[in-house]
This record gives sequence, C-alpha cells and structure tokens, in this order.
Amino acid sequence: MNGYNFAYLDEQTKRMIRRALLKAVAIPGHQVPFGSREMPLPYGWGTGGIQVTASVLGAGDTLKVIDQGADDTTNAVSIRRFFARTAGVATTTDTEQATIIQTRHRIPEKPLRDDQIIVYQVPQPEPLSKLEPSRAETRRMHALAEYGSMHVRLYEDITRFGHVAISYDYPVMVNHRYLMAPSPIPAFDNPKMHMMPALQLFGAGREKRIYAIPPYTDVRSLDFDDHPFRTTRAPHACALCGADDSYLDEVVTDDAGGRMFVCSDTDHCETRQSDGHKGEQSP
Amino acid sequence: MTEQTLLSARGLTLHFGNIPALVDVDADLWPGEVLAVVGESGSGKTTLLNVLSGRMRADAGVVWYRDPAQRLHDVHAMPAPALRALHRSDWGFVHQNPRDNLRMSVSAGGNVGERLMAQGQRHYGRIRTQAIDWLQQVEIDAGRVDDMPRTFSGGMLQRLQIARTLVTHPRLVFMDEPTGGLDVSVQARLLDLIRSLVARLDIAVVLVTHDLAVARLLAHRIMVMQRGVVVESGLTDQVLDDPQHEYTQLLVSSVLQA
Amino acid sequence: MAYVAVKGGERAIDNAHAWLAEDRRGNPAVPEISLAQVQEQLGRAVDRVMAEGALYDPQLAALAVKQAQGDIIEAAFLLRAYRTTLPRFGYSAPLDTAAMLIRRRISAVYKDLPGGQVLGPTYDYTHRLLDFMLAAEGAGPPPAEMDPVDTATMPRVSDILRHEDLIEGDGNPDPGEEPGDLTRDPLAFPAGRDVRLQALARGDEGFLLAMGYSTQRGWGGSHPFVGEIRVGEVAVEIVPPELGFTIDIGCVTLTECQMVNQFKGSKTQPPQFTRGYGLTFGHAERKAMGMALVDRAMRAEEFGEEVSAPAQNIEFVLYHSDNIEGTGFVEHLKLPHYVDFQSELETIRRMRREAEANIAAAKQASTPAAQREAHTTPAAQRETHTTPAAQREAQTTVAAQRDAPTLRDAAQ
Repeated sequence: MNGYNFAYLDEQTKRMIRRALLKAVAIPGHQVPFGSREMPLPYGWGTGGIQVTASVLGAGDTLKVIDQGADDTTNAVSIRRFFARTAGVATTTDTEQATIIQTRHRIPEKPLRDDQIIVYQVPQPEPLSKLEPSRAETRRMHALAEYGSMHVRLYEDITRFGHVAISYDYPVMVNHRYLMAPSPIPAFDNPKMHMMPALQLFGAGREKRIYAIPPYTDVRSLDFDDHPFRTTRAPHACALCGADDSYLDEVVTDDAGGRMFVCSDTDHCETRQSDGHKGEQSP
Repeated sequence: MTEQTLLSARGLTLHFGNIPALVDVDADLWPGEVLAVVGESGSGKTTLLNVLSGRMRADAGVVWYRDPAQRLHDVHAMPAPALRALHRSDWGFVHQNPRDNLRMSVSAGGNVGERLMAQGQRHYGRIRTQAIDWLQQVEIDAGRVDDMPRTFSGGMLQRLQIARTLVTHPRLVFMDEPTGGLDVSVQARLLDLIRSLVARLDIAVVLVTHDLAVARLLAHRIMVMQRGVVVESGLTDQVLDDPQHEYTQLLVSSVLQA
Repeated sequence: MAYVAVKGGERAIDNAHAWLAEDRRGNPAVPEISLAQVQEQLGRAVDRVMAEGALYDPQLAALAVKQAQGDIIEAAFLLRAYRTTLPRFGYSAPLDTAAMLIRRRISAVYKDLPGGQVLGPTYDYTHRLLDFMLAAEGAGPPPAEMDPVDTATMPRVSDILRHEDLIEGDGNPDPGEEPGDLTRDPLAFPAGRDVRLQALARGDEGFLLAMGYSTQRGWGGSHPFVGEIRVGEVAVEIVPPELGFTIDIGCVTLTECQMVNQFKGSKTQPPQFTRGYGLTFGHAERKAMGMALVDRAMRAEEFGEEVSAPAQNIEFVLYHSDNIEGTGFVEHLKLPHYVDFQSELETIRRMRREAEANIAAAKQASTPAAQREAHTTPAAQRETHTTPAAQREAQTTVAAQRDAPTLRDAAQ
C-alpha cells in the first residue's frame, strides 16, 4: 500500500500502544487507557484489536484472523486483507502455523503455545459497566477491589434461575486481583485462558482501553463455592468431524426445524477431517 | 481524649458561607452506648453526623476513631480506601430514606448479603442463610428473601436497610432520622426493634433526630444543638426531665404541648 | 505472500464493493458530480463533514461527501480515518476571532452595537417554500448588494460586557499549561473545560442540538441569550522554530457563538453573567449554538447548580457526542454474533427444561397425598437449606416458587 507505514500506524503511535501493552502485561487484568486512533474500519468492528496487532506485528510473523471461530467470515476476511495490504505479512488459516492470532468472540480449540500471541477484539472492556454506568466510579471500584456488586449479580441469577445465567463475556478474576471482561467469548472458552502459555492481549478501540494476561497467569471465572462455574455447549457431536468436545454452531437446514451442529472453529474441524475423523454428515 | 471512647471529636467547626453549621463542637461516644443529637432543622445535627462519619470535612477540628485493636485513627486523615472499607465493615450508616442505601432491583437477600460478599464470602447457601436470619431479626418474613424491595412498605424498607447494615456486626452505627417519614405505629415498632438490636449486639450509635420521644426511648446520652452550637448535653432522662438551657426548655415544652 | 484462503466470504465482499460503486455512480447517463460542484454548491455539507471529521480541508471533505453518497457521518468517518495518517508538525497560535473577516455577525442582546447587525448569507428570514426555480439549472442569481464590512469597529459582545465587568472572563489559564489533546490522550474524568470543548467541537450536530434543546425545555437550563454569533474567515498563524516569528499560513472559516447565561454571584463577589461557548469549522450556526448551550450545561457543578439533567451529566454527554464512535458501535450489531447467541440458546433451552420439570413436579406435589408426605412447609425448607443435597432441592424450589403458584398457595 503506497504511502502508508508498515501495518498502517505510524511509529509514534505504535510506540504509544506498546508502552500501554507493557503496562498492561505488568498489571494483569488492569485496563490501561490509550490514545486510540481512528482506523479505516469503524469503531466496534475491531479497531482495538487491529491497533494492538499492528503494534506487535513484525515482518516475519504469520497472522491468522478469525471471527466467530471462522477464518472466512466477512469481518475476518476484511481484517486479514487489511494486514496483507498494509504489512505484506504471511497470513494463514492454520492455528498451529500462526504466530499472531487476532480473534473476535472465540478462542481456538487447539491449545496455544508460548511462542504465540492471541489478540482479542473487545467491545466493552469494563466488566462492571452494566452495574455502574459511570467510568469514574468503576475506576474507583477497580482501584479498591470493590467487586461486591458483581457477586450480587451472580447471587441474583442463582436466586432467580438456580444458576448463573451469564453465557458469554463471563467475568473473570485475573491473578487474584483484577476483575476482567474476557470479551464476548462463550463461557465455554473461559477455562482456556487459565495458565495459557501464549500471551493474551485485549484491545478496545472505541472505549480506548488495553489490557493483558501474561503467560501462565491464574484466571478464574467468578462463582460461588456451592455453585461452581460450569461450561455449556450444545449436547451434540460435530456433524462433519464427530468432535464432542468443541464449541458448536447450530446451522438451520430447513424450515421444518431441521438443524445440524458443526464445529465453530473451522480450522479445528478441517484438521480433524483431514486426520480421518468423521461425523454423521461427513460426505 | 478519654480512654476507652470509641469515637471522639474535638473543636469541630464548619461554615457554609456565612451560616454556622458547626461551632466548636465536641463529642464522645463510648462502646455500646446510644448518643442522640437533637435539634430543629438548621441546628447542625445532620452536618455533625456527616462530619463524624467522614462523609464531610470540617473547617477545623478532629475526629478520632478507636479500632478493635485499640489503635486511634484520625477519620479525616485516613486514606479513602481505608475509610470506605471501614464503612463496609466496622461502621454502618442508616439513612433517613432507605432507598438511598438499598439496591431497589436486587432481592432482599441480595441486599442483605452484599456486605458479606464484599468481604469475600463465597458460599451462596450460607450467604442466603445469613440473609434469612437477619431478615427474621428485623421481623421481615423469611419468605420475602427473594422479593424485590420495590414490593416492600416504607417500614419494611427501613428494616431491610437496618439488616443490610448490621449483617457485618458493626461496632458503630450512624443513624439519620431512622423513623422519619413513617406512620406513628410503624415508628413505634421500628424503635422497639432498634432498641433491642442495639442492646443485644452491643452497638454504639450516633442518632440524629428532631423527635425528643425517639431520643428518650433509644438514647443513653443526648446532645442538644442550636445553630451549630451544643447548648446542652448529658444523660437523656436528666436533660429532658430537668432542662437547664433555655432552648432545651423550649424544645421540651413544645413536645409536651403537642 | 502466503496463500490466503479465498472462500465465499471474500468473493461476497468483492461483489458488495462493486455493487456499492455502481450504486454510488447512479445512472451512468447522468453527468458525474464533480468535487468542485460539491464544494461550491453543497458547502454546508462540506462544512459539517470538516467539523465532525475534525479536519479542515474543504476539498477532501468534498471528496468524502461524494464517496459517501452524501452520508455525512460516513463522510466524517472517512476524513477522521485520513486524519490519523497525517503527521503533526506543529500547533497554531490561538485563533483570534476578534480579528475575523466578518461575513455575518448578529447579537440578540443589543438592538444595535458598534459594527451593527450584519445579516450576511443566512436562511434565518427565508420562507421555507420549495423554490422550483432551482430545479431548472441555468441563469444564476442576481448579485447581492453588499456594503464593505469594517472589522476594526466590530468588538466582540463579550468584550463589550467585560468593560463593565458584567460577564465572566475567559478564565485565568496558567500560560505554561498545555490544553489537553483528545486526539492523543483518551478521555479521563474529571474532564477539564479544554477537553470538553474539544469533544463538543467534533461532536455530532444532531446530538448537540437535542441536548441543547433539552436545556431550553427544563432539563437543566440557564436562561441563555445569544450574545453574539460571528461567521467569517480567521487567519491561522504559526511560529516556525527556524524563523522565531509568526507567519500566516492561511485562513479557515469559523462560526463562533457566545451565549450569555444566568448570572452568578456570592456575598463577596458581585454577580456576573456566565458564558457558554461554541466554535466550529465552516458556517454552522445550529452546531455552534447547541455546543454553547451544552458547554454551559456541563458547567453546572462549577457554579454550584444542581446536576440533574442529561445535558449536565458530563460523562453522558462526552461519551455519546462522537458520532464516529456511536455509529461504529451501533452498526457493529450487524456483525455476526452467532457464537454468543448459541450460548444464549443453550442457556434458555436448559432453563425452559428446568422450569417445565418444576411445574410438572409442583403439580404432582400439590396433591394432598404428596403434601402429607413431603416437607413442603417453609420452616422445614429453611431447616434443610444447609445440606448440599437439600440445597440443590432448595434451588429448584426457589425457581419453582417463581413458576408454581399452586405450590405456594397450597403451602399457605
């Protein structure tokens, strides 16, 4: 792309973002404000993730971009093209080959390694936002570790429904200190964040916050001793590869209620299929 | 500062523009005793409560608090986190309007259990049991534990606020006109409840009220304020039966006429 | 460059872009609109795009308007994104609106004043009747009669009021202190007036109009008068370090609005009128006035006024005034959210299964025989709360109490 710096952002901006990232890694789960720039994609469509990726991307990296777990959803395609054009880096759909993975709303099924970075796109970085709309007040709450109101929210769910009803963006306690919003990944993916060997970076462009979980950090989903956190997934096996432990997408096949369930992580599914695994509807 | 007081204030002075809200006020509170601060509106009694509890700063003077480890703290020099933590554990504040201190869209149980959760309790069943226990102590039917405060009467809301405040066994509770705005019969029941709870749990209370009858019923000692000045103080019965200061005499006599 | 999987998504996007280009061009038999035409004849759109794009460049703004098919917020977005790529090489001196080359200048607080009421090119007194003459192109309008304007005798109304000390001054900013910069540092609270005004200057005109309007209707409010509105050209000056003196690098068209608001005083200070300030690129009076009303509303706390209305809530106003952020987040809802929706589906299905099971169980339990056998009295339930097994039962009982009125009625 003529006239643009490597990965679009100018070096000063990247330096500013890297400083924020370093602060974030030093204080796991703490939201660091940063001077988010307007990007050629709209706020809310991944500008935070893009700015983080642009700041850590090097010429030798291999980039994977997924949305809803899939490489070919329109926004993932759009973002991957953006980096292909502005950075000329190698791109891939293979989780194992990627050195940087930018993701919206899923963590890949395949466990990540300590030489990989995963960058999450975050719409709402403030886990307390629904309980307390004022950011000035939530800042104080985080500083004083005043998280009682979040536990009240869980208590109310258990009282009303018999269990916590939060199914995505399930709040976690990072390194026993900061309450964090993991981004709208399904609760099913939360356990993957605990002690993950890879570096986890979170970018919220519109809200202008960056946060991070360094490798091998304690990450626990909020719960009660007598109502421990549990994951939910559709009680089926993938129709294409037979996996019974991956997160599934429900695909409606006709208007008579027909449906099939397939792995949301397309790379995981295709890899399993090429390894010979079959599901009910494998050709 | 006398030994063994729980809370002591010396020389509190505060002006709002030209209006004197507090003029060189001293106060002492011993563990387990109820101190009433009475006066008409504009007397400075609510301002005194706010300054004693650290919610407002005075222009001059100091407030000392003695913690369970017998250490003295200057309430207004404490760092904000410490003061906030104090308000959630050792101290309580009962507001005149219970809606100011309740989460109206959280169940009664959730309201009562919040302080426990804030202190780190993580067992839902035990939190709920404690909440139910406290609801019963404030004479709210345990069956209402999952109901929203929106469905509660004024008297019930006030009792719920008290349960929410007492659940962490505070040693010191500030009360601002706790029976204000309630029907006479509801007031009577609430006052009885407060009196028995305070006695049984050995809580020290600073109680602000314009109603001498409330003071007489609940308080061991009384301070009478007029335009920011403490005009008289002493044992409640002594002061109310034999008022020395002209203003106290006026207050007492107007109650008798009513 | 390594292989990039091209699946249906990529092709779909390419086709969408192609169709958009066709849609933008419209009927090919109709002459293509030129940037010069947009800039000359749709000037108010260009001005708004510059203001909300936060970049003064009428030609680029015209291009953005054309590229966005007239969607002003989309065009402002284009300009903002372009702005990100521009290097910053300096700061101008503060613009002196007192030296403005006036095109239009009016005041509602004086019938007449030095410099007079210069109506300028305004819609204010037009009758809003569609002019079908404009539908036919051709002969332009007759030239307007214009007297030359002498700006030397055109003092600002705020300066006139200041002579008698009737109005608050510009504040006493510390000369060493730099104003905040929203384009570099994220918004943090408490936000100073410098940062608030910056946010308002680039804020959405419709939002500020609505917020300002709300203050006039009783949602906060401060008896505003238009002290002055001026529209015209102002010189932009910089001091290049190599030269060490000021040079004029061009001029920008600005609209400035000074609102005169409710006076404030105290026992020790005689009362003065308070101010609201609006400033925007181009000719945009509605925006400048809305901005001034909201500026004053957000100063409520500063003046000891009760903060109760939305326009007085600084966090609310500043977080929602940027339409680029707003449209991004609102429109992002169109992105796939099916993974999270799937979790919701599983959760609601499970809850419905449990609820249906509880209703069925309650129906069973409400038969007299079942009641005699089971511990359904509230007291017994409370007692059994503490054992884990009973707690599991108790949880479903809680839910059951919600959904099974028959059980509660029967138990009473």
